[in-house]
Amino acid sequence: MNAVIELEEAYNRLKNDPKFNEELDDLLTNYAGRPSLLYYAEKMTKDLGGAKIYLKREDLNHTGSHKINNVLGQVLLAKYMGKTRVIAETGAGQHGVATATAAALMGMECEIFMGKEDTDRQALNVYRMKLLGAKVHAVTSGTQTLKDAVNETMREWCRRVEDTHYVLGSAVGPHPFPVLVRDFQSVIGKEVRKQILEKEGRLPDALVACVGGGSNAIGIFHDFINEPNVRLIGCEAAGHGIHTDKNAATLTMGKAGIFHGMKSYFCQDEYGQIAPVYSISAGLDYPGVGPAHSSLFDIGRAEYVPVTDDEAVEAFEYLSRTEGIIPAIESAHAVAYARKLAPAMGKDQIMVINISGRGDKDVASIARYRGVDICE
Amino acid sequence: MSRLNQIFANGKAFIPFITAGDPSLETTEELVLRMAEAGADLIELGIPFSDPTAEGPVVQNANIRALAGGVTVDKIFNMVKSIRKTCSVPVAFMTYANPVFAYGADKFLRKCKDVHVDALIVPDLPFEEKEEFLPYCSKYGICLVSMIAPTSGSRIRRIAEEAQGFVYCVSSIGTTGVRAEIGTDVKEMIRLVKETRDIPCAVGFGISTPEQASKIAAFSDGIITGSAIVSIVETYGKACIPYVAEFVRIMKKAIQ
Repeated sequence: MNAVIELEEAYNRLKNDPKFNEELDDLLTNYAGRPSLLYYAEKMTKDLGGAKIYLKREDLNHTGSHKINNVLGQVLLAKYMGKTRVIAETGAGQHGVATATAAALMGMECEIFMGKEDTDRQALNVYRMKLLGAKVHAVTSGTQTLKDAVNETMREWCRRVEDTHYVLGSAVGPHPFPVLVRDFQSVIGKEVRKQILEKEGRLPDALVACVGGGSNAIGIFHDFINEPNVRLIGCEAAGHGIHTDKNAATLTMGKAGIFHGMKSYFCQDEYGQIAPVYSISAGLDYPGVGPAHSSLFDIGRAEYVPVTDDEAVEAFEYLSRTEGIIPAIESAHAVAYARKLAPAMGKDQIMVINISGRGDKDVASIARYRGVDICE
Repeated sequence: MSRLNQIFANGKAFIPFITAGDPSLETTEELVLRMAEAGADLIELGIPFSDPTAEGPVVQNANIRALAGGVTVDKIFNMVKSIRKTCSVPVAFMTYANPVFAYGADKFLRKCKDVHVDALIVPDLPFEEKEEFLPYCSKYGICLVSMIAPTSGSRIRRIAEEAQGFVYCVSSIGTTGVRAEIGTDVKEMIRLVKETRDIPCAVGFGISTPEQASKIAAFSDGIITGSAIVSIVETYGKACIPYVAEFVRIMKKAIQ
């Protein structure tokens, strides 16, 4: 508890500090490659025959996903706090890779906790983290996925807090993490606003993003929450379907609870035992969701829709074929829903899909899904 | 709330922890009775949770075993009710916030009162968030026991001021589990509590041997031992009862 109080104090002190912000802006621009492109997906637009579709290309960031935005912010913050070591959980490995990258850059010791099952399905990212100088722990407790990686990273932070900062990767966990992550990710939405005004002279009608913990979604939504004409749509992982026990659609299926330091929605049984959720996407395979999404859901400001594995895999292939862009399987959940929504929207309407990451890491597992055994 | 003070009346208190339903609720019931006979002053009963983030591997596995056996909060209430037919040993529930929240805090604490559970310990409910359950604890006369850790720093005094029953002092940084050495921070922690308020301090996390217990009892009011007992349960399964009772007897004796 003291650690999060200390973190909150440090963040409140630094968030308006010109030197800190200058340094962070420099990293985002010259290291991460921001701003990321807002790309008009003309072929997809024509093919679907409805709304004009733009893709926010977070996949083009250094390390290949939006995760770098938050990580550069948090690792810099940790450095200002005098920490010398960072630890992080990771699902798909994108956040682990981003953390290992920032740690290498800023000269910090780095240890990553990843569910055993995820180290198997994302073996390439495990090796990437090792290349970057991080130590990777395969977590064998519980369901051996993201939730258990969070548990283990929390335990490790309790064991060694003095010199260590926990770089939480999503907009979840105890305060101030959800706020911290939202703030560092909100650069996505701010850029979208500026870019779409330049291109179209008006705001979009809908923003579509995938939601696991919800960091890329809150990142693109945040700047538009007070724009009632912009629909905010979060796409949850429905796995084998919401009527099976193999899904991770927290807002669609879960109920309120208290876990991982937050009061939010969780997939759980009637006695509050956290459900062993499932998704083809390791990054969305989490039984909770950030409290900001629970709040947007409760007040009806954002909509949350379930997307199955099958739909996501089809969208993964569709975007690759149609636009020559291989999205992360996480982001493919957003693409999948966009394919349903766009035809129902008018041609004068605009939709922005957040392509939160690139899909290179998923190629082998999608091949397996299609029954093709390739050697990575 | 007087029963919690009473546990420190009979010399230094020994507080054993077991996970309810590991390996079965029948074993747990028998364990509670035998541990009470062996000198346990308060029994800490863990209500298993799918994701016990404050636990080391030993208690984590006990949680998994208990849940795999089909234990639920309702079955645990029934077991305590059955214990109460013959035994009045003070009992504290140790569980995580979500099982209480999901059950309904009001209903959960009302049932605690019905079966004479004396206290509730929730490691993932920090002092700052205690209002989540405290009103219901107060309503039904159940102590909400506060924990402090070596890293609690300036919060120790504030927590001590409002603590109920006793202060649960976490002996070492990190999770539960057997440790060879217990840091000296715990002595300083207790000094700070006592300086603030005269309230019993029981020390837990990592205490597994009579020697450690005796050393720590010299400057505290009670000893909480979990993982060492859960390990015995793990080793002997349903046959663990005499071994656990003997361990409790040795520990209680060691701290006098």
